Amino acid sequence: MLRLDGVSKVYKVGTFGGKELHAVCDVNFDVKDGEVVSLIGESGSGKTTIGKMILRLISISSGAISVNGVDISTLKKGALKEYYRKVQGVFQDPFSSYNPIFKADRVFRMIREEFYPEMRGREWNDKVENTLKAVGLNPDDVLNKFPHQLSGGQLQRFLIARALLLDIQFLVADEIISMLDASTRIDVLNLLADLKSRGLSILFITHDLSLGYYISERAAILYRGCVVEIGATEKIYDNPLHPYTRMLMASVPRLDKKWEEVKAELKAKQAELGSGCVYYERCPEVEKGEGCERRRPTLIEAEREHFVACSRYLEAE
Amino acid sequence: MSLKVEDLTVYYQTLKGDVKALEGATFTVADGEIMGLAGESGCGKTTLANSLILLKAPMRFVEGRVTLDDDEELPVWDMEKMNPFRFKKLSIIPQYAMNAMNPTRKIGKMTAELLESRGVSFKKTLPELKRRLDLVELTHDVLKMYPIELSGGMKQRMVMVLSTLMNPSLLIADEITSALDVSTQKAVAEMLVKFRNQCCNSAIVITHDISILYQIADSIMIMYAGQLAEKASTDAIIHSPRHPYTKLLIASLPKVGVKYSERRLTGIPGSPPLLLDPPIGCRFRERCPVAFEKCLDVPPFLEIEKGHLVACWKEFARDA
Amino acid sequence: MKKQKKKNEFLYFALRNNKLRIGLIVVLFFLVFAAVGPMLTDHSPREYVGPAGQPPSSEYWFGTTTFGQDVFTQFVYGLYPVFLVGILGGGLGTLIGMLVGFTAGYRGGLVDEGLNVVTNVILVIPAFALLLIIAAYLTVRGFVVESIFIGLTAWPWAARAIRAQTFSLRTRDFVDLARLSGMKPRKIIFTEIAPNMMSYLVMTFILQFGGAILIAATLDFIGLGPTTGISLGMMMQYAVLWGALQLGMWWWFVPPGAAIAAIVGALYVMNVGLDEVFNPKLREM
Repeated sequence: MLRLDGVSKVYKVGTFGGKELHAVCDVNFDVKDGEVVSLIGESGSGKTTIGKMILRLISISSGAISVNGVDISTLKKGALKEYYRKVQGVFQDPFSSYNPIFKADRVFRMIREEFYPEMRGREWNDKVENTLKAVGLNPDDVLNKFPHQLSGGQLQRFLIARALLLDIQFLVADEIISMLDASTRIDVLNLLADLKSRGLSILFITHDLSLGYYISERAAILYRGCVVEIGATEKIYDNPLHPYTRMLMASVPRLDKKWEEVKAELKAKQAELGSGCVYYERCPEVEKGEGCERRRPTLIEAEREHFVACSRYLEAE
Repeated sequence: MSLKVEDLTVYYQTLKGDVKALEGATFTVADGEIMGLAGESGCGKTTLANSLILLKAPMRFVEGRVTLDDDEELPVWDMEKMNPFRFKKLSIIPQYAMNAMNPTRKIGKMTAELLESRGVSFKKTLPELKRRLDLVELTHDVLKMYPIELSGGMKQRMVMVLSTLMNPSLLIADEITSALDVSTQKAVAEMLVKFRNQCCNSAIVITHDISILYQIADSIMIMYAGQLAEKASTDAIIHSPRHPYTKLLIASLPKVGVKYSERRLTGIPGSPPLLLDPPIGCRFRERCPVAFEKCLDVPPFLEIEKGHLVACWKEFARDA
Repeated sequence: MKKQKKKNEFLYFALRNNKLRIGLIVVLFFLVFAAVGPMLTDHSPREYVGPAGQPPSSEYWFGTTTFGQDVFTQFVYGLYPVFLVGILGGGLGTLIGMLVGFTAGYRGGLVDEGLNVVTNVILVIPAFALLLIIAAYLTVRGFVVESIFIGLTAWPWAARAIRAQTFSLRTRDFVDLARLSGMKPRKIIFTEIAPNMMSYLVMTFILQFGGAILIAATLDFIGLGPTTGISLGMMMQYAVLWGALQLGMWWWFVPPGAAIAAIVGALYVMNVGLDEVFNPKLREM
């Protein structure tokens, strides 16, 4: 459905644009039909930049983004508008997504004016009502109101409804629930999951790992503009391989385990896999940088007729 | 030191009338307890925090008593009279404090000015200040830097050091982990626990993120629309909540290990009431799945089990 | 329904704001005076009607000039061009400023750089030198020409201010949403960005209005103004030219000077008041 090949974004900073800031470096991943992929990263990881590049709100410095095989990085005007029929986005701050001086339904009117100019009034109203119901909103409650009269949850659903009016195939959801209250978050999240089961592909950008786990099949971990790990959600969460991912998993505050428990589990799992010396955790003589965490030493002849499985004796040899 | 709050009621004055932001709050924080204060936006957590230490216009004190250590009543309604207590007996890390540092002042200079304004000599406090910086793993050089040179986590830790320099008995931390990255959040939260034994006695940690509270708080108090809903040990709140709101809230939080395809979580329909003209009685009544006629009276905040307080008629009936 | 309430909220604060009220009253007073004034006199400004150099009396309310012209008549006839040049010149300046500012602020990049160069060049050109050259070529000038000149040289200030605001508004989410809806840039500027800057645009116009009046008065005063007609600035020019200062004929230059100061001052006070109305944080509760 969507594919990123070697996508990068470079900003020129400093006086006279001498220095370069690599916001996104050489990112590759894809999203299949009807799949939800979580793009997980902290601030500065480039996840929002990637989302905006997919939406063509920011230009792509190099690489290609293709949707259904068509490279969309260079589309212009008419073709770009057609692209927006298939791909839309919802952003983090519900209140800033609406022009405060207009009513909220203006976002629907904008869609009608640009994409459905010939549709008749009654037909359009029906379409709007059905779409609102599909996102769990009561048309009478939300139509004809100003943004500040609606709640954050309603506004976000409104924006999802707007995207659905276009019969999109792909949605970029950039931290769409992080500014909502805890009790409404799950409703919007469930809505996304429902839409997925009806065939919508979603790129779910977030910094909150528990949300990613709830809703996505695959997850990509982003750090400073690069993808450090990507794979099936369960595999990444149960067995994080990249040190950064492991640090993330160990740091996220969970509701079922305390931090010490998670840390111990991760360490144990790591030892289970046999990637390092079995005695590593309890070894009183280990020092950082000796590689004992990574290498499992085989039996080395330390002195004649005396073998030991310890990396310290490698150098001696 | 312990804090006892009785019937604290604080309203906000606006052009349209009084917003009943905090209604009849009654609770205690024991010596050495880290109490988490959680709730959604608009529930009154920051109002409660500010009314304990920074009650000024447009807030209006209506009634209540705040007592420290069973004998000292805090004159929370009078900003002047609270001066000797502020920073020394109770201290607060306000929300967004890390962004409120004067950008044109070096941190050391700012600290000196802060201390002088409280009548404390900077020179005499310097060794202790350095010790605290070590405790939060900040280099002493930070005193010579400008706020803009520090990262979010470093600024937050600096603010924590400043707020606890006078060893207050009670520290109120308002959303100190919200704007931080996951790894920094953990560092700051763990630091708060370290502080408990060394720099302050008890703490009230305000946040909307209950999972952080699970990690570091001894007890959690849940607020809804200006009223206290439930207070209990962390374990009790997470695993055996009694108040209907708490139950629904905990149930709606996504956890690692729960997938949509396996178990669909549900939220709480509706939204919190506006506090300009709040509903009579229990303010959760309209969204509560088990509300009945008695709920038209405001339920008192009572202890139904040891250390477990709840404001719910249904729960009282069950225990009776 | 809420939009009405919002409008009413705006009016509520607008009408209560003292600065706005006072400023508006002063400006309106002079405007009405300009409209009604000519009906209060029965001769024309340049007519020689009375004894020369007379101080104000019941017959000649503002006295007479060294040539025996009625200063009051000159005053009321001279008020109208002041407003004309203010509105025309200020309006033109605001329009050009909007055109340049919106384009530079929205497009950014090379377009912005180019327009910035143009803006800065115009800003730096000494207007007087330019005017001297123009004066040499256009021997007959009217108020309209003066307005156009002022408009063409005063727009850089408006352009810069509008560009800065547009820059900041452009990065807002709702502009992104408009782009995602396939809107063309011009439509976005006029329907999303400009309405959000309404207060800013109104204030820019008021400042341009006041500024134009001041520039016109200065130009008239040094003789680079229109070659026909009479304006307050020209009155002051004649007064100084014909020795009113030395002869102590204060009634010739004080009224026009005071009027200009009052009008422009009132406009600036209105501006401050409007700022308070539009920006709730500045309101004194």
